Amino acid sequence: MNTSTIAIETKAALDGALNAAAGVRKESSVEVTDYSNRQTVGRITVDNPKMVCRGVNVYYGEKHALKNVGLDIGANEVIAFIGPSGCGKSTFLRCLNRMNDTIATCRVTGQIKLDADDIYDKSIDVVQLRARVGMVFQKPNPFPKSIYENVAYGPRIHGMVNNKAELDELVYASLERAGLLKEVEKRLDEPGTSLSGGQQQRLCIARAIAVNPEVILMDEPCSALDPIATAKIEELIDELRENYTIVIVTHSMQQAARVSQRTAYFHLGDLIEVGDTDQIFTNPRHKLTEDYITGRFG
Amino acid sequence: MNKPNSATVPATSGRDIKTIVNASLPRRHAAERRFRWYGLIAISLGLAFVVLMFANIIGKGYSAFWQTYVQVPISFDAAVLDPQGNRDAKAIEGADYGALVRAGLRAVFPNVQGRGELRTLYALVSSDAPQELRRTVMANPALIGATQEVWLLASATVDTFVKGNIDRTLDETERPIKDNQVAWIDKLAAAGKVEQRFNTLLFGSGDSREPEQAGIRGALMGSFYTLLVTFLLSFPIGVATAVYLEEFAPKNRWTDLIEVNINNLAAVPSIVFGLLGLAVFINFFGLPRSAPLVGGLVLSLMTLPVIIIAGRAALTSVPPSIREAALGMGASKLQMVGHHVLPLALPGMLTGSIIGMARALGESAPLLMIGMVAFIVDVPRGFMDPATVLPVQIYLWADLPERAFVERTSAAIMVLLGFMILMNGLAIVLRKRFERRW
Amino acid sequence: MLSYLLLTLVLLSIGGYYLGRNRAFAVANGHIRNLHSLPSFYGSYTALWCGLPALIVFAVWATLQPGVIIDLVVAGLPPELRELPPDRLNLVINDLKNLVSGNIVSSTPNPAILEAANRYRNLQTIGNASLWVVVMALAIAGIAYGWRTISPTLRARNRVEQVVNLFLIVSSTIAIFTTVGIVLSVLFESILFFGKIPITEFLFGLQWSPQTAIRADQVGSSGAFGAVPLFTGTLLISGIAMLVAVPVGLMSALFLSEYATPKFRATAKPALEVLAGIPTVVYGFFAALTVAPVIRDLGTALGLQVASESALAAGLVMGIMIIPFVSSLSDDVINAVPQSMRDGSYALGATKSETIRRVLLPAALPGIVGSILLAVSRAIGETMIVVMAAGLSANLTANPLAAVTTVTVQIVTLLTGDQEFDSPKTLAAFALGLVLFTVTLILNIIALHVVRKYREQYE
Repeated sequence: MNTSTIAIETKAALDGALNAAAGVRKESSVEVTDYSNRQTVGRITVDNPKMVCRGVNVYYGEKHALKNVGLDIGANEVIAFIGPSGCGKSTFLRCLNRMNDTIATCRVTGQIKLDADDIYDKSIDVVQLRARVGMVFQKPNPFPKSIYENVAYGPRIHGMVNNKAELDELVYASLERAGLLKEVEKRLDEPGTSLSGGQQQRLCIARAIAVNPEVILMDEPCSALDPIATAKIEELIDELRENYTIVIVTHSMQQAARVSQRTAYFHLGDLIEVGDTDQIFTNPRHKLTEDYITGRFG
Repeated sequence: MNKPNSATVPATSGRDIKTIVNASLPRRHAAERRFRWYGLIAISLGLAFVVLMFANIIGKGYSAFWQTYVQVPISFDAAVLDPQGNRDAKAIEGADYGALVRAGLRAVFPNVQGRGELRTLYALVSSDAPQELRRTVMANPALIGATQEVWLLASATVDTFVKGNIDRTLDETERPIKDNQVAWIDKLAAAGKVEQRFNTLLFGSGDSREPEQAGIRGALMGSFYTLLVTFLLSFPIGVATAVYLEEFAPKNRWTDLIEVNINNLAAVPSIVFGLLGLAVFINFFGLPRSAPLVGGLVLSLMTLPVIIIAGRAALTSVPPSIREAALGMGASKLQMVGHHVLPLALPGMLTGSIIGMARALGESAPLLMIGMVAFIVDVPRGFMDPATVLPVQIYLWADLPERAFVERTSAAIMVLLGFMILMNGLAIVLRKRFERRW
Repeated sequence: MLSYLLLTLVLLSIGGYYLGRNRAFAVANGHIRNLHSLPSFYGSYTALWCGLPALIVFAVWATLQPGVIIDLVVAGLPPELRELPPDRLNLVINDLKNLVSGNIVSSTPNPAILEAANRYRNLQTIGNASLWVVVMALAIAGIAYGWRTISPTLRARNRVEQVVNLFLIVSSTIAIFTTVGIVLSVLFESILFFGKIPITEFLFGLQWSPQTAIRADQVGSSGAFGAVPLFTGTLLISGIAMLVAVPVGLMSALFLSEYATPKFRATAKPALEVLAGIPTVVYGFFAALTVAPVIRDLGTALGLQVASESALAAGLVMGIMIIPFVSSLSDDVINAVPQSMRDGSYALGATKSETIRRVLLPAALPGIVGSILLAVSRAIGETMIVVMAAGLSANLTANPLAAVTTVTVQIVTLLTGDQEFDSPKTLAAFALGLVLFTVTLILNIIALHVVRKYREQYE
């Protein structure tokens, strides 16, 4: 287990490691990827990555909130981030569409690629990035506008449609995809806040997919919802996988087990273990993962 | 399962979101920059107004802190001052000091002839100059019979001219100072007999029709008495109300009514309080017009809501655990408030009150209603004496056309603003010093 | 004179406090535990007995004395003076008062009035002396009573707390009494006014010229009291003010809360709020002596007719005054919009300005409307700027370059200087005050309600 190499911080070495991660290490029973003095157990790479993250560090002022995380996110997969509170899973999620930019004291280093683009590169426009990587938040946050306008907001600001008919079509299609159309078809003019919590959250999902993003980030999307609403959202996530890559942060291990193909376990800013969801929950390889899964803490 | 069929797939799904967004970016970034600029322009405008006002007022007013004096040889002629020769104080006091001033001026410019020309010569010095001489002689009767160079207060016109606020290139008919006066002043100045001194009269005397003699002492004292009444009334009552509403009052319609009332009173135009003062304090209770007492009463009604609102905020910031601790020790509710809550909330209440008092200091509209707008020369000595206050004095002077009054108005504004800065600074210091984070 | 009496009373009360406290020690035989309350409460108990009744008598006496003396003096006047009509009699009484206080009197006083003034002075001296005696006697009697009643079983703390409680309750009702006082004083005089001038003429008349002639047979003796030109003038100036204050204030607030760095915000926000602390009379001076001439010169240069007291100058400066008002209120409102709204918008790829215009502003709209209503109410009630920079001529015009007058200007003009009560001119000021109070009250109530509802929505 402890075949650790020395810490490599230089850019060149990092690139080397990237290549290694992408090409060399493919199939082995216990894979140990090491970018510093700490290892992530399991295979961090996938065959058809949508996003590739290497050596990601996040600092809130003096606090080192995320330590040297490397992880691939595969195309059209659902990957779940689990771990106890304050472990850095949400922080990492917010790195993926640069929502951390809105926090003045936050500083991000390392490399995150969306397809071929380094999203922290100067040439990348955060507006465009966020259109490609949508996000759904913990608490449903519909805008204080009508249901229709909530969904139409993204297409409008990005200039995605040329006329009202196209917009209508897009709004209806997005609501349909989010499984909300039947419930709200007759009341599109009512404010989004008049819906129930679960409906509001599906409205937020509809709002996100109306922009037709490539990746959807979900930050504990069901933590404010009741079990029935949760079930509906989970069902929806499963359907959306066909067209989108989905990253979901969750508190609930059951949820991770139900909706995701892969799972990553975070602990105190470290990415401890990554693997197929089945394997993580049935046969965790790291002691910390096992303790968490079996409910010793968290 | 409602799987999306191909007909409902969004219209744009065929196109790449990246290119769509990229196409919109230049327009949107331009809009973003524009919007940012609007914001920056707005805040700069606001700040520019602050700077402009201060620069304007200081530029107009700083010169009022100096005053021009001219040196004239005065012969304290015994024949004029003490014709009987018995040094009778009453006779000396009643003597014609104007004659001394006139003689002195004639002695400097012996060539001036004719009534009209002499009158313009005499107009070089202030009409207060004889009084000044009287005070000098009364203080030192030994001067009688001597001749001395005396610095006399120049008239406002001369003062304005010496300060360079009258364009000497203008035609005589277009400026307040005559050609020959300009010549005399030039001559005096060349002989070193014109001097600028710190303007003690501005702070030492009451109002006057003559700009060079007008001061703000009366108004300052009026403001002092008025604010003293305001503070003595509004602080205890305001604190008591805040304590009652926050600590004792049951939550019912009556206290709701009081609350709504207080919030509304805070937004009632100040002039309406003036109407109240006029109708109730003056016409109903028969209190004297122009008295600081009435002004203080009106201003305290105006300041009360401010103090109450600040007081309640200070009380709510005291954590409930302290109340529980005190009650748990067996203190009565009043002891709990008096010993624990109030001392902790007091700095906050004082801060709020000082800010309220600063506002009251700058208030003038309601005081116009209750007659504190009269022309009052005497410095008030009590709460019932007719008085005016500093902002009203500014209002009165602002109406007067003389350039010298404009200068004094600006100076009075500077003094007023100085006091307000002082009070607000005190409030900030208090807050910084006693602020607690629970 | 009377302030010395108050001072003596305070000193006596302090004495009472110590007497009471010592008495408590004495009756407890040195064992404080025997007492129902702490000794200091017995002290306060005695001090209250000393001070309170005396103070109440003092206040009532001092309020009533002048009226009683006047009545007595009038009763003693010769019949030909006593039977004058009320307004003339008032003049006589005024002369009398002036004579007593040593002011200059308009005419040479006749011997009857001189004698009356003497009587007045005598009565005043007698009144003050008896006030001293009565108040002192009461205070000492109070101390004696308090001292005698002190015993270990006396519930001094409860008694004292009852008094303090009463003081708290009475204090809190003062706000109500102020409102009632305002309403009654303006309403009462307004009803008198509407008895002379029909309310419809006042509210809908287009002519305002309150200067009534002195003699009834002169031309234009009736005056005209159609207040519409005042209302339009007020609206015009307030409108100009809002045109300045709302965009500048709102954009400043948005910039400070959404764009500015914390450091910039920490300097610029207080600097902007300096504008709110400047007394209005200073703005008036600035408007009348700096802004108005500049606007007039500018207008003349452009070939426009600009009145020297144009509505534009007053409105502009008033707008500057209201900027910090709008900006700090909107700042509060904008900050009350939850961060999750902003996050939701940014996560969709919106730019900052898109988020502000399409999410923040609609979300904050009710709050902003409330703030603007408060600002309007402030503009309508603003007095000094318009008194100094706007004119007196009641023109019915919407031209910002013309001179207009406002409700507040007219109130000030009608009530400063010589005035007699009961003349329609003076009463008109109160009718205008009633309108002003009603309008601002309605605006305030609506605004406060809207803002409160708005806050509750996001709590």
